[in-house]
Amino acid sequence: MDERPSFDWKWVVIGACVAFTVYIAVIPLVFLLWQSFRTPQTAATPAVWTLGNYAAAYGTAETFRLFLTSIRFASGASFFAFIVGAALAWMNERTNTPFKSIFYALSLIPLVIPSILFTVSWILLASPQIGIINQLLQNWFGLQQPPFDIYSMGGMIWVDGLHYSPMAFLLMSAAFRAMDPSLEESATMSGANVWQVLWRVTLKLTWPAIFATILILFVRSIESFEVPALLGLPVGIEVFTSSIYTAVHRYPSQVGLASAYGVALLAVTTAGVYAVARLSGRGSKYATMTGKGFRPRQIDLGAWRWATAAGFIVYFVMIVVLPFLVLLWSSFQHFYTVPSREALQNLTLDPYRFILTYPDLPSTVWNSLVLSFGSATVVMLVTSVICWLVVKTKIRGRWLLDNIASLPLVFPGIVLGLAIMIFYLNIDIGIYGTIWIMFIAYVTRFMPYGLRYNTTSMLQIHKELEESAAMCGASWTTTFRRIVLPLLKPGLVAGWIYVMIVSIRELSTSILLYSPDTRVVSIIIWELWQNGQYVELSALGVLFIVSLFFLVLIARWVGGRYGIREA
Amino acid sequence: MGRREIRDQGSVVLTVQGLYTEYPNERGEIVRAAQDVTFTVEEGRLFTLLGPSGCGKTTTLRSIAGLERPRAGEISVNGRVVFSSSKGVFVSPNRRGFGMVFQSYAIWPHMTVFENAAFPLEVGDKRYSRTQIRENVMRVLTAVQLDELADRDATKLSGGQQQRLALARALVMEPALLLLDEPLSNLDAKLRDRMRFELKRLQRDLKITTVYVTHDQSEALALSHEIAVMNQGRIQQIGRPRDIYEHPSNQFVADFVGNTNFLEGVVLRPDGPEHYVARADIGEITVRAPRPLKVEERVAISIRPEDVELTETRPSGANVWQATVEQKVFLGEAIDFRVAVGSRPLLSRQHPTLRTPVGGAIFVRVNPEKCVVFSTS
Repeated sequence: MDERPSFDWKWVVIGACVAFTVYIAVIPLVFLLWQSFRTPQTAATPAVWTLGNYAAAYGTAETFRLFLTSIRFASGASFFAFIVGAALAWMNERTNTPFKSIFYALSLIPLVIPSILFTVSWILLASPQIGIINQLLQNWFGLQQPPFDIYSMGGMIWVDGLHYSPMAFLLMSAAFRAMDPSLEESATMSGANVWQVLWRVTLKLTWPAIFATILILFVRSIESFEVPALLGLPVGIEVFTSSIYTAVHRYPSQVGLASAYGVALLAVTTAGVYAVARLSGRGSKYATMTGKGFRPRQIDLGAWRWATAAGFIVYFVMIVVLPFLVLLWSSFQHFYTVPSREALQNLTLDPYRFILTYPDLPSTVWNSLVLSFGSATVVMLVTSVICWLVVKTKIRGRWLLDNIASLPLVFPGIVLGLAIMIFYLNIDIGIYGTIWIMFIAYVTRFMPYGLRYNTTSMLQIHKELEESAAMCGASWTTTFRRIVLPLLKPGLVAGWIYVMIVSIRELSTSILLYSPDTRVVSIIIWELWQNGQYVELSALGVLFIVSLFFLVLIARWVGGRYGIREA
Repeated sequence: MGRREIRDQGSVVLTVQGLYTEYPNERGEIVRAAQDVTFTVEEGRLFTLLGPSGCGKTTTLRSIAGLERPRAGEISVNGRVVFSSSKGVFVSPNRRGFGMVFQSYAIWPHMTVFENAAFPLEVGDKRYSRTQIRENVMRVLTAVQLDELADRDATKLSGGQQQRLALARALVMEPALLLLDEPLSNLDAKLRDRMRFELKRLQRDLKITTVYVTHDQSEALALSHEIAVMNQGRIQQIGRPRDIYEHPSNQFVADFVGNTNFLEGVVLRPDGPEHYVARADIGEITVRAPRPLKVEERVAISIRPEDVELTETRPSGANVWQATVEQKVFLGEAIDFRVAVGSRPLLSRQHPTLRTPVGGAIFVRVNPEKCVVFSTS
């Protein structure tokens, strides 16, 4: 009969994807833990088991201070970002502030201005020695001391908090928008006044979103590398991420010590990510979406709406206009100087000439593009299979697969770089120092994002759409290729764009993994900063931001053609 | 009758033997869906699995399709075993070659009408040339009157058109068996009535062997050659629509298929061949029972509302009671009365010409032939 055993690609594809996922997600964690219990290996002495790294890391008051500094920095930055973002979100969603529509452009900012350029531009603005704002204020008011010092805890919180405030804005906007106004209206009909409604209904319902937003921001800040490295290290303010970097770059490099720091940082981020997951898991109890199209009532601010609009404009200047203009200004100078009539006469294109004739530029740009396109493609395709297994099947242990693929979420970029570095230093399969190690790092780091994008889309695909393909005689691979992937396209395209853009500006993982041949654009920026080549850095920064901006525009245009929602 | 007998001897297409299915629910408890389900469907017949939600009818259909794997039993189609727990056979759904229409229709939104219908011919084991695909697809689209919309996006179809496209897609590969999972439940009432006729015409014209799942008893009665009523995983009765309606084999079937009045009673004495007198809460009642009953046996008596006759003047004969009208519901083509015999309410469906007011006196008569008796002891 026709029950011929035919070769089924289904299990080959699934097996390969699962093996790949488990390999890249679990290996770094295991080796990080392993290395944190080993002594450094030298030519003379082999590595042995030790608790010495933990003793060195946690035996001193130094570490306790490090821990406190990290927590202070992360809490400060996350609260600052939250307050700014939530206030803007409330104004935007619930009030009649004018020009609101342009504020959606805010979601682009953290994507197109990478953290390192944002930090550099604020150094150029508010450094006590060369900061434009300081110098102008000193000139105008005859101050003896520069009024601002960006190289301080306050400066770090300011820059990091400002850079992540658009994220708080987006998260809180979603929370305010999702609230069903009939919940508030029914409280009003029950006799509650405006403040009772706000306190007993609105805030109580938004509370999980508020808490989750603060937690997410906290995890982001404690993982942040660029701000502490550029602003904290020069004045001795160390946090975990910058300590890991210095431990590795010391001679001889203290990989064990860095691992011990990494494990501690991992513990903090794991707790944070776990809390967020628990919170959103319970969120269904607070589900405020009814699925009906509605527009929440807006509060009429009267004349105050011009004040809120002014607040918006000041914010926009702080986060986009000033940082970009200062880079633009310095990119046309021979040496970094404060804007003046004199300086205006000495404008030059030399920095651009330098950058465009920089011998490694073509290979660097090529590396960045290949890495970002390649990792985005691999991440989206592999996670689509993983996501199908998790969402569409009843295979036992699928929740474990989901958690494993999400595991890299708890890895701060620099810790992930460290873990991957350790693994491929110890297990030599010939990829250390090549572009492949960076490729693996990027895929690992951004896999959880791919999974999230795919899951959102996958949940919307009715299982009968696949079953009917099976009833039509299609095999699993045919169904996956011709039904599942095309239907998944909105999530696939949106996720691909996101992963591509975050990979192209990746720094904190690459910084421990690059070699002279495999530098990427963000590494060149880092090196220019280390060499003090500020004007050349500015020129590259301007080019980078403009290219990223067009890349995002093109991507959104392409995405729009596939009918995807805003990512 | 002659034609029916010829068809009765038609060859059996589908055999389902001793099917048991179970699956874990969200909390990990084992749900027993189908229990010892056994039936056969002959060539060209429309066989309906009817029952309330959770009765196992959909699970049974999905087991035939191969979308679920039963725990035990055997399923064969035209002599080919597609599932057998004892022989360890399980043919995957894409190799069974059955057509299926899903409850949601499962029309692929990223394809046109033509592409949806052509899909089965493109992915199956059998290879078709481009012109063969075109001919087959257009023929089946013409049959469901969608040929003019072939190049339209599938998402731009109305509910009824989507249903017809799903049907066309299921028919295009000329399947041995057509499986329909509540195909009319997503349509509004008017369209549902029209599609019911349409579906019946197509099935009768193409003479395609069909298994139909529904919870709607009027749909089942209207479409089927044969109905299996299911409850709690078990088949309660298999029969022709008229048999099921007029001679339900137990209380569940009588209650589920159509509306009915149940009277509790005890058998008092025999009253001629196949007839008995029972004492019910409305008084003594004469019933016909083809099966012998014992004196003192406890019984339930089912009387359809349309068999509860109401008249304003006292009719002659047995089974007549006096009652008062408690409530009336005007339905247009009929009027539903609720009348009380003593304190016992009875439902009756009447022609709207009967205009006895609420509170008015009325006489109730029930033909003994229309009483269906179940033993409850």
